Amino acid sequence: MNVALSDEQEFLREAARGALSRVKTLEAAREALDGTAELPDLWPVAREAGWPGLLIDDAHGGAGLDAFDAMLVLGECGRVIASIPLLGHLVATAILSDAPAGESLLADLASGERRAAYLPTCPPDDVSHEWTVDPRTGPARTAAPSAAGADGNATVSGELAFVPDAPGADLLVGVALRDGQPIGVAIEAGAAGVEVTPVMRYDATRKLAHVTLKDAPAIVLDCPVETLASAWHLAQALIAAESIGSVETALDVSVAYAKERHTFGRAIGSYQAVKHSLTEVLRQMNNGQSLLYYAGWARGGAPSEFPLAASAARSVAGRALDQAARTMISVHGGIGATWEHDAPLYFRRAQLTRRLLGGTASATDRVAGELMREAAAAAA
Amino acid sequence: MDLDDTPDQAAYRAQVRKWLEDHAPEAPVLSGPNALKDEDEIIAARRAWQGKLAEAGLAGVSWPKEYGGQGLGPIEQVMVGQEIRRAHVPGILDAIGVGMLGPTIIAHGSDEQKARYLGPMLHGDEVWCQLFSEPAAGSDLAAVQARARLQEDGTWRLSGQKVWTTNAQFASFGLLLARTDPDVPKHKGLTMFIVPIDAPGVTVRGLRQISGEAEFNEVFFDDVALDADAVVGGVGNGWGTALTTLMFERVTIGLGGDSMGYDTTRFARVLALNDDARRDPEVRHVLGEIASELLGVRFTGYRTLSALQRGQTPGPEAGLAKITIVNGAIRAGDLIADTFGPDALAEDSEWAYMISFLPGLKSAGGTEEILRNTVGERVLGLPPAPRLDKGVPFSELRSKEAAAA
Repeated sequence: MNVALSDEQEFLREAARGALSRVKTLEAAREALDGTAELPDLWPVAREAGWPGLLIDDAHGGAGLDAFDAMLVLGECGRVIASIPLLGHLVATAILSDAPAGESLLADLASGERRAAYLPTCPPDDVSHEWTVDPRTGPARTAAPSAAGADGNATVSGELAFVPDAPGADLLVGVALRDGQPIGVAIEAGAAGVEVTPVMRYDATRKLAHVTLKDAPAIVLDCPVETLASAWHLAQALIAAESIGSVETALDVSVAYAKERHTFGRAIGSYQAVKHSLTEVLRQMNNGQSLLYYAGWARGGAPSEFPLAASAARSVAGRALDQAARTMISVHGGIGATWEHDAPLYFRRAQLTRRLLGGTASATDRVAGELMREAAAAAA
Repeated sequence: MDLDDTPDQAAYRAQVRKWLEDHAPEAPVLSGPNALKDEDEIIAARRAWQGKLAEAGLAGVSWPKEYGGQGLGPIEQVMVGQEIRRAHVPGILDAIGVGMLGPTIIAHGSDEQKARYLGPMLHGDEVWCQLFSEPAAGSDLAAVQARARLQEDGTWRLSGQKVWTTNAQFASFGLLLARTDPDVPKHKGLTMFIVPIDAPGVTVRGLRQISGEAEFNEVFFDDVALDADAVVGGVGNGWGTALTTLMFERVTIGLGGDSMGYDTTRFARVLALNDDARRDPEVRHVLGEIASELLGVRFTGYRTLSALQRGQTPGPEAGLAKITIVNGAIRAGDLIADTFGPDALAEDSEWAYMISFLPGLKSAGGTEEILRNTVGERVLGLPPAPRLDKGVPFSELRSKEAAAA
């Protein structure tokens, strides 16, 4: 057993931190929110670093790395709230890599010449048999898109709300139900019957779109159904990693301020109330970091545990981000709640992230579901 | 990163598993219809079982070979613990001695002390207890008042009281932190002693907890005579010696969520048995939150283990794992009792026992509040709160405290 970063992983992380440090991501986030400037396109940064091909094997031009490596890069993006449409792209390439029919698409995606987005589709759990997508509003989830047509080609119809990284993507990869059975589908974003409507909600750095499909032509991906379920969990693991990156920054900035700001003749970090709220963020962050290792390992090392591991990581990381963002504001006092400070950017990130990709709550529910399914099976 | 055993580790695990499978029938039965009932019988059976585990090399796994250990690393020690749980047999009786006090004697004891005490400790022939905490010295351990006075002939006389002493009712020896010089600041005037529990003047009294059971003791010392060679680690060096013990305690806690029995599977199992509970969104949400945190602690333990294996010493952040485990288990107890109602609080219910045990555990090994202070200061580097006891002789502290009140 060795639960630690390898030298290569340390290098990947340092390189990512270096590449992102040359871009003023926080300033850009504030200006984009203000409407004074468009967010800069950071895809060239990702391409130069080789991130688009992280999960594609080297025979198809990628780096052939694992989920955990991709999570390290997402963590660095989260640290500086970089708006890089990697999450959707990486999950899409993970599906395509498992489908011979998707092979011809990989080279352009590995180089970043073309960009893909994942149409997030939640697999069944221990009490529901449905494949569902996020609804535009309300608590009830929406049925996954449906597919018609036999064999390798199909047409797909359906609606997906708040799809991360869909604006500007060339290819959409997800799940559709054909005769009630889930199949993988790849759809050209520019094809007839595809409508991608960008939406901005609260966090300008998170590119989102509503996607409407009306008899959109699709390549049927001949991947195992496990790949389609695993894609959802990979998305959970990646957003967890990104969240923990944001927590790391929020905690660093808060601790630094608690050491330098004095009230009543003492640094505020010497007061137990402040100290304890910061250690609470540290506690949740440590737990989240540990679960990133679990999720990163489980995808390849123990696939049957991947739903549990990724859901647990998302659940803890999501709550950690909420806690860290609120603590960051309160430790800074009034200024933390103003445009003068970066804290609102992390708070906006936390608020929106918590509600995407099924939300933190559905990941929490799945943790319970996976454990109870296991317990029931052991008892039977 | 790899969570699987290396080939060497897998071979070791197989060997341990084989021995436990072969010898499980000899292990004392502590639960179920055939469980031993008589307390003395249980202790005798568990002593004998510890002896067998020690003979097989499954006790003191990380102790040096010259003291009867295996000279292996923390990973092998954890693997033995995992295999013992898997085999559903009891572990060693004297986990405190072998896990914390023995390693302290190995680090600070004299050659004579090592030769005399370590072997019988490892084999369960002589059980040990930890005599550190007092009614007025818990989280602030350096405030101990148990007083050892040097006699003209070089021997010592000890008076005072200790509390929260596990296993004292059948222990042979205790490792005791006493004040030997009250006229210097409190961390400086301390000395560690080995105290025979059967010495004249030692009284052990059970301390009943919320559950009604007495798993801990109060131990009273009334002018107990100790030889000069009872001192461990030198006169006045007691604090440094105690820190060694506490470091081993942290290792135990940091690696130990599952071994404390507060594991996700146990909580999920009882709730999954009830179909209404299994489908209830509120139950699922609370269970999911608790379980994800407890899983996080398990993997934090693996990270700690990997760091130990690389020769790093675990830091105070292990205290956060304890906070997560205890608070998670408290929430789980509430969830289970809310779900099943007052039956979960029946006197013979495992959940009533857990619910009763946890409020005290919250303060064990340092209260949650003091752990958060320590972690905030030592891990995050936050400034300490102003202190009134720095540099003040212990004998003057009381009047200073009174003046400040």
